[in-house]
Order: sequence, then structure tokens, then C-alpha cells
Amino acid sequence: MTNPVPNPMLPAPYVVQRVLRETHDTFTLELSPKTTMNGFRFSPGQFNMLYVFGVGEVPISISGDPSKTKTLIHTTRTVGTVTKAMYKLKRGYVLGVRGPYGTQWPIGEAVGNDVVVVAGGIGLAPLRPAVYQLLAQREKFGKIVILYGTRTPADILFRKELERWRSRFDLDVHITVDRAMSGWKGSVGVVTTLVPKAPFDPLNTTALVCGPELMMRYTVTELQKRGLQASDIYISMERNMKCGIGLCGHCQWGTEFICKDGPVFPFSEIKSLFAKREL
Amino acid sequence: MENLEHILSEHPFLQGLHEDYLRLVTGCASNVRFEPGQYLFREDEEANWFYIIRQGKVAVEAYGAERGSVIIDTVEQGEVLGWSWLIPPYNWHFDARAIELTRAIALDGKCLRKKCEDDHHLGYELLKRFAHIMEQRLEATRIRLLDIYGNEK
Repeated sequence: MTNPVPNPMLPAPYVVQRVLRETHDTFTLELSPKTTMNGFRFSPGQFNMLYVFGVGEVPISISGDPSKTKTLIHTTRTVGTVTKAMYKLKRGYVLGVRGPYGTQWPIGEAVGNDVVVVAGGIGLAPLRPAVYQLLAQREKFGKIVILYGTRTPADILFRKELERWRSRFDLDVHITVDRAMSGWKGSVGVVTTLVPKAPFDPLNTTALVCGPELMMRYTVTELQKRGLQASDIYISMERNMKCGIGLCGHCQWGTEFICKDGPVFPFSEIKSLFAKREL
Repeated sequence: MENLEHILSEHPFLQGLHEDYLRLVTGCASNVRFEPGQYLFREDEEANWFYIIRQGKVAVEAYGAERGSVIIDTVEQGEVLGWSWLIPPYNWHFDARAIELTRAIALDGKCLRKKCEDDHHLGYELLKRFAHIMEQRLEATRIRLLDIYGNEK
């Protein structure tokens, strides 16, 4: 008798270990499995469906280190009913987890290249596992550049970690905000203005881009102006994901299902969809 | 002066400028240095300079009594600061303050305006270059107006 195939629609119980406030509207949730001792394996860029019982289920990017399988980490904004309820959870509360789902950032394909990571706002969360993985095998890549833009200094996500990364000699980290008060020593301007100045070789670079669609659109334009090919640029899309396995059709985007064919796409594959207003 | 001419010739802003014009521009140029916190210029002062930033970072600020100084842009190494010297009534619209130790080449606007009036080809060459910078800043400002880091509908 063979083992039954696990039901992809059945959430596994996970226990809240910690809810960490990151900024005024973002938080990080640390979970551990309630029943199994097996670790949770995922690839950078993938997401889980998190279910707050009695409230609802939402797709949330995994923001932790893929090599640390004992704890499952997600970071999100408090924007809707479910994430607002999630933010109020206390240690010991059980919620449901389905996943991991979706495609991953192309870390393997980027070996030998410079890598430029461009994040806008909460878009840094799904990119953080990719940065962990890049740093874990730092010698395999050329330059690694992180460009991060957000509204104000108070909105900077993972601030301490960014400071740690910036202090490394083998990593270029550039942060810019839309507006700041006089005490701010960093850059002010939109994240796209960092692209022309960033130290990478455009003929030998893989770009990982994540943020709201408008931010990604203008970033891709700047990367292409620098000389990157569409096939060297990867973006992470977001739509109304429900089932997570490409069945329900809620996240259908032209011929693609974001939950199954994405969320990470090479820009070359979806550039015709990206320009369509009707989708 | 020869050194300044060499530095200016290698800067992207003046790349491709005919050597005669480059010499004219260099005649209006000088090396300057600003300590952190020092103002390069203040709002409403006469605008008689622009700066090619060689090192450091400058905050462009607007002051309001309720909010204090708000940084609206930063200009960094390799970039050009200031175009009010080109446009009457030649007054600065914002403050510019060095955030870090900043080294720059200052170009005397009065001197350049006179040279541009005397030779409109030089004027056109400089205007083309400033139009490009203005276009880039305008585009960046428009993108910022979109508040691109939010998902609000």
C-alpha cells in the first residue's frame, strides 16, 4: 500500500513563536510546526498560504533564511482583515500553513554573474531569502548590489540587517527614501535613480526585482537602459492568490497562473502581459 | 587650471564638448570644499553658481516653520547641482546643505552667462546638457508623486 498523497488544500498547524513589529504597518511572524519535527524547506521567492482560523487565508511571502528549516518566517503589511488579525496573534496561537508554492529566484542561474537586488517597500521581504542564499555562497557570484527604496526612514524594513549587510566589504547596499527630515544622512530620491549609479556589469548581471508593479515597471526600464536583457531581469508578481496550485483561477494573468507559474518570472516571459492594461 | 580642464573633460556632463568651449567653461571653474552641515546656498539668495559634485553628498531642502527642514532630494558624487543660475531672476529656490564632506567644482554662473551670451553655440551646448538633467529630475519627481512603494488603489 502506498502512502496517500498529501492534500495540498489541507493546512498544517503551526504555532506562533513571535510577532515582531518591523515598521508602523509591517510585521514579521515566526512560526514553528505543531505536529511534525521535520523542518520546513522552501526556495527563495516562494510563498505560503497562511490561515487565521475563523478569519481567512492569505498568501504571504516567506522572508526567512532557507537554510534554517526549524522556524518559518513571514513578513507582511497589515492591509486587510486577515493580516490585521494576524498581527494581533500572541505566542502559542495556532494557525494553518499550506505551501510552499510558486517559483523561485534564479540563484543557481546567476552563478558567475553580478547580482543586483532591487526592492521597493515591503518587496524586500520576498527578496531577503535570496540575499541569505547569495551570501551563503558569496564566492560563487561577482558583485552583489542591493538597492532599496521606501517612503521614509521610518518605513525601512529589516533596518538592522540592512545595516549589517552594508558594513560588509563584499556587498554594496544603497538605500533611498522619498522624503526625510534634516537629520537623515542617506539618499533621498526614488529607487530607480540608484540604478544608473550602481556598480555592476550590465553585460554580466542578473537582476532580482520586487515591489509594487509601478516600482517594478520603472525599475525594469532603468535596468534595460543600463543594458540588461529582459531575460536577465526577474520580477515577482502579485495577484489574488487563493488555491496556490493553479486550479481556482483567481490569480490568472493572461496565460499564466501567478501562484503556480510565478510569482517569480523572467521579465522576457511576461513583458507582453506586463504592458497590458486589461489584465 | 589644466588639471581642472582635464577633470571637467572627463565628467559625463561635459563629455563631447569642443575643447575650445571646454577651455571657456574651465575659465569659470574653481575647486571648492564643504564641511558636513555647511550650506552651499540658501533659498532666495542670488544664484550665481552651479556645482559638479566630485565627492560627498548634498541635501536639497525646503524649510517650513511647522516641519523644519525637509530633504526633497540628494545630489551625490558625479551629479550636477543647481540650475537657477540659468533662469532669471537667478535666485535659489531651495537650500543646499552638505551632508558629508563634499568636494566639488564650482562653476561661476555670471561668468558663464556672459560667455553664453557672447557665443550662443556654447549657450546651446550647455542648455542641452541642463535640459537633460532637468528631464531626469522631472521624471524622478513624477515617479515619486506616484508613491510607488504603496499598493493603494
